[in-house]
Amino acid sequence: MAHPALQPALQRQATPAPSVRVTKLAQVFERDRPPVLDRIDFDVAPGEFVCLLGASGCGKSTLLSLIAGLGTPTSGSIEVTVGRPALMFQEPALLPWLTAAGNVELALKARGVGRRERRVEAERLLTLVNLTGQGRKRVHELSGGMRQRVALARALAQDSRLLLMDEPFAALDAITRDALHEELIRLWSEQGLSVVFVTHNVREAVRLGQRVLLMSSRPGRIVREWQVEMTQPRAIESPGVSALATEITQHLRAEISRHAR
Amino acid sequence: MPVDDTTVAAQDHRAFEAGLDALEAPTLPPRPGPGAVCLRSVLPPIVAVVAFIALWQLACSTDLKPSYALPSPLDVFRTFDQTVRDGRAWDAISISVSRGALGFLASLAVGTVLGLAMWRSRWLRAAIGPFVSGLQSLPSVAWVPAAIIWFGLSDAAIYAVVLLGAVPSVANGLLAGFDQVPPLLDKVGRVLGLGTVGRIRHVLLPAALPGYLAGLKQGWAFSWRSLMAAELITYSPALGIGLGQQLNIGRELNAMDLVIASIFLILVVGVAIELLIFAPLERRVLRTRGLTRRSVS
Ligand SMILES: Nc1ncnc2c1ncn2[C@@H]1O[C@H](COP(=O)(O)OP(=O)(O)O)[C@@H](O)[C@H]1O
Ligand SMILES: [Mg+2]
Repeated sequence: MAHPALQPALQRQATPAPSVRVTKLAQVFERDRPPVLDRIDFDVAPGEFVCLLGASGCGKSTLLSLIAGLGTPTSGSIEVTVGRPALMFQEPALLPWLTAAGNVELALKARGVGRRERRVEAERLLTLVNLTGQGRKRVHELSGGMRQRVALARALAQDSRLLLMDEPFAALDAITRDALHEELIRLWSEQGLSVVFVTHNVREAVRLGQRVLLMSSRPGRIVREWQVEMTQPRAIESPGVSALATEITQHLRAEISRHAR
Repeated sequence: MPVDDTTVAAQDHRAFEAGLDALEAPTLPPRPGPGAVCLRSVLPPIVAVVAFIALWQLACSTDLKPSYALPSPLDVFRTFDQTVRDGRAWDAISISVSRGALGFLASLAVGTVLGLAMWRSRWLRAAIGPFVSGLQSLPSVAWVPAAIIWFGLSDAAIYAVVLLGAVPSVANGLLAGFDQVPPLLDKVGRVLGLGTVGRIRHVLLPAALPGYLAGLKQGWAFSWRSLMAAELITYSPALGIGLGQQLNIGRELNAMDLVIASIFLILVVGVAIELLIFAPLERRVLRTRGLTRRSVS
């Protein structure tokens, strides 16, 4: 056994600083209602894939926007140690007057990348999301899945170690979503990103995450968490995913039922 | 062999995704060829014009009205041809078009500044917004008497009427453009780390462009109308003879052929500027955004 006084120092060495640390976070929009977010505490380790699961309206988007720096919390703190996070929404939110490559290049430009490099880098990123040679297409010429992949390439163009995703595949059909799950897991493992992935789809959370956090509604708190021990890649219809999803669904339903009168 | 496995999986995935893309990407109908365009959008108006002239000729031949009140198409054409030959038509066109262009550019500048100010200041918008919108529906010919009392029979009077006619459209178009910008796009700009100036330049302005352009188009139409109203009433030798003034001369001489020829010219110039300048601009802006009828899948 080490001397007790050495213990904290050893621990600090053993675990690297988290990509995000959320401490005692609370968000109140209306005084006379329960807080939207309350006593939220969690860390995301570098390279970790965390899924945030909860019913509609429980504050998932609010939490993600706060981490992205789009608002200031009522109280508590958020430390992001890896620079400005990238954020993807449910809608692709591409700028329709730009081409696919133009959208990616805007993110590069915002980072101060030079014109010539931008072009090369955008093509590389589009190849990464399997859109080689499609850069000149306009947004309206792309399918929903392709648009969301351009949005993913744009998020990657921010060159952030932290990717925040707010139900990014919720509007896609199941087959396309499957393809994008595969894409995302490949990119995550290749690039060593930390990901916070928000969803209300339990199977999706188990399919993707190394850790699943379950949120309650009004007040939004993290009420439970699961480690997902299965290795990637795993199929959404595999028995392991199904079994854990069934268990988590029971907790989610119990959580929602609390609000019945 | 794990390496082979992942390579195979990656290839599988790429093929799967490429297949999905091919199946799901919206297919745009091909652009119609020149022949089809001709048949669909050039031929019908020609037929309509020919039918109109035939009816007109018929009315003349049956002496519906005395010939000084209803000249035949050929008489009107002769008068028109004469004004073209002796240069009166070109002079009138160049005077009116340069006035119209100058008046429109001034309206563009004033309307844009006004629109920006109303967009930045909620208070200003609440205060004058209703009046600006109201002005849009006031026929600008109503300003002519006031303008003449203030500025006399001068170019200043004409420009005042044009500005009062067109500025509200430009300002309201810009406001409508800004109002239509989805808040999500501004959020994207912030997530990407663009500052206020960057967001205005790369997100807000391009997003507002279609609405703004619609306002400009309407602004031009109002400029042209106001200009004609002003020219028709403020007749003075010092002002030169624009299209509106030429129309007025026709009335004073009781020369219906000149009146009709002038009306025809006013119409043609207004339509030509719309077709040659605004329509292509608008088409281009809408097409890049996938907002044309053709690109709706
Ligand atoms: N700006 C705001 N002002 C007031 N209420 C808000 C605001 N943003 C979100 N809310 C409320 O906070 C709750 C959580 O919203 P949200 O974070 O979008 O939930 P989720 O993403 O989990 O569906 C909702 O009840 C919503 O009405
Ligand atoms: Mg949400």
